[in-house]
Amino acid sequence: MLIIENLKKTFDGFVAINGVSLSIPKGAISSIIGPNGAGKTTLFNLITGHIPVDQGKLTFKGVDITGLSPDRICRLGIGRSFQRANIFPRLTVLESVQAAVLVHHGMGFNFFKAVKSLFLKETESILKMVGLFDDRDAVSHSLSYGAQKQLELGIALASEPELLLLDEPTAGMSVQETKKTIELIERIVREKGLTLLFTEHDMEVVFSISQRITVLHQGKVIAEGPPDQVKNDPFVQKVYIGESR
Amino acid sequence: MLKLKKESLILPSFVLLAIFLPLTESRFYVFMGTDILIMSLFAVSLNLLLGYTGLVSFGQAAYFGIGAYTCALLMKKASVAFPIAFIASAFLGAVSALIIGYFCVRLTKIYFAMLTLAFAQIVWAVAFKWSSLTGGDTGLLGVPFPLYLDSPVRFYYFTLVIVTASIYALWKIVNSPFGRLLVTIRENPERTEFIGVNVRRYQLTAFMIAGFFSGISGALFGVFNHSVFPDYIYWNRSAETLIMVILGGMYNFLGPIMGVAMLLYIRMLVTSYTQYWPLILGLILAILLFFFPTGILGFLQEKFASDKKTVKC
Repeated sequence: MLIIENLKKTFDGFVAINGVSLSIPKGAISSIIGPNGAGKTTLFNLITGHIPVDQGKLTFKGVDITGLSPDRICRLGIGRSFQRANIFPRLTVLESVQAAVLVHHGMGFNFFKAVKSLFLKETESILKMVGLFDDRDAVSHSLSYGAQKQLELGIALASEPELLLLDEPTAGMSVQETKKTIELIERIVREKGLTLLFTEHDMEVVFSISQRITVLHQGKVIAEGPPDQVKNDPFVQKVYIGESR
Repeated sequence: MLKLKKESLILPSFVLLAIFLPLTESRFYVFMGTDILIMSLFAVSLNLLLGYTGLVSFGQAAYFGIGAYTCALLMKKASVAFPIAFIASAFLGAVSALIIGYFCVRLTKIYFAMLTLAFAQIVWAVAFKWSSLTGGDTGLLGVPFPLYLDSPVRFYYFTLVIVTASIYALWKIVNSPFGRLLVTIRENPERTEFIGVNVRRYQLTAFMIAGFFSGISGALFGVFNHSVFPDYIYWNRSAETLIMVILGGMYNFLGPIMGVAMLLYIRMLVTSYTQYWPLILGLILAILLFFFPTGILGFLQEKFASDKKTVKC
């Protein structure tokens, strides 16, 4: 579904991504792990067009998406969430998700329809899915951090992406919240038949739901494969898993 | 639901009040009313950018002035009929906003504000220096007044119809899907891109719509005053209108109208006692920013909401 070929990104001489090549198969749950500064978020930012690619090629469903703007990449079917909850603070929960639903249905440039009653059923079904239906009239910034991350997930799902990129979906959450969120993500991904690529610090989470794991270290892929294979890779144990113990 | 009904009744109530204003038979109130109506349209169109899209346009007077000059020049120098000149001024307001906005939306925050100001000052300089066309510093005097509008009351009603229709159109726009996306851009432009929105295109469209309605208000203002001056475009008009919007409340659709009515009334009172109006204006702005950051309507709304909460508790 997504093919990354020899991707490179440098910031003021610092090589953040150094020749990464990766293939994300359709329908799989894949994760990217690596120590802080390994380049996980940079890789997400490159895939989604948030920052320009220096070198290499990104192909999504056979289409070259290298250099495309984030909005075009989103419309092609890649949705994402951010490491720190990135929401519309003064909009209500319902308004936030509804905005994304409107864009997905090509209604953005409609100037005269009353927005209040548009796509309510679709919006509410997404809110039910992410467990925020009861908070639909709450102002987004008043939500707990965990709920804000759920809202972000709802906003990302509203675009009906085929590939969902989640950047540390449980960052800053308690153990209980983490467990709940991971169950929620896994259920949604299976129900909707999505392809999921996520980054995560919590190794338990990573190894419990990933079908494929990629290990990044200093901007390079040092291991890639099913969880068992990655877990037993001596180099991975040395540079990453060993470090976190 | 009840709240929604109440909100949608405010605008018709204003219009009803405005319809009966000439019954006071006071030339002063009719004059003041016309001024407030025209400036209200200008302020509401500016607020589409400031309050709804999060774009601080510091040069909105450019489109106001372009509207005023287009209408006056077409009527005075090319003997074009008023309705055509009037429509042309709205379109020229939009087209010039499209051209200038194309460059401005490439920048963000303070750089956007400064570029809008820079372009507005260029427009002002053209109006000021191109004496053979614009009359330079003297401006265009004796703009021919259409005969069928040649009474203050008639012109007042004409203005009321145009301003009401324009503000209604703007109200529809801010409550449309497009309006919702402008607010998401205001709240978080980066995140909005990732829901599939071409942020610059939306900002530019909003800029063009604001230019269109600013052009209309400028054309009305020129005809209302029978003359057009480069002052219409000067930066202090942009700044004063920004203050009006902030005074009334930029997060409220009707806030700018309240700000215009209050500021014009206060200005009229102050200038009859002293010539230090800019000093008073500065004081008003300082008090606003310290004590009423959400504007008068915003303050009242918050107070009303917290009072209701207290009663509930």
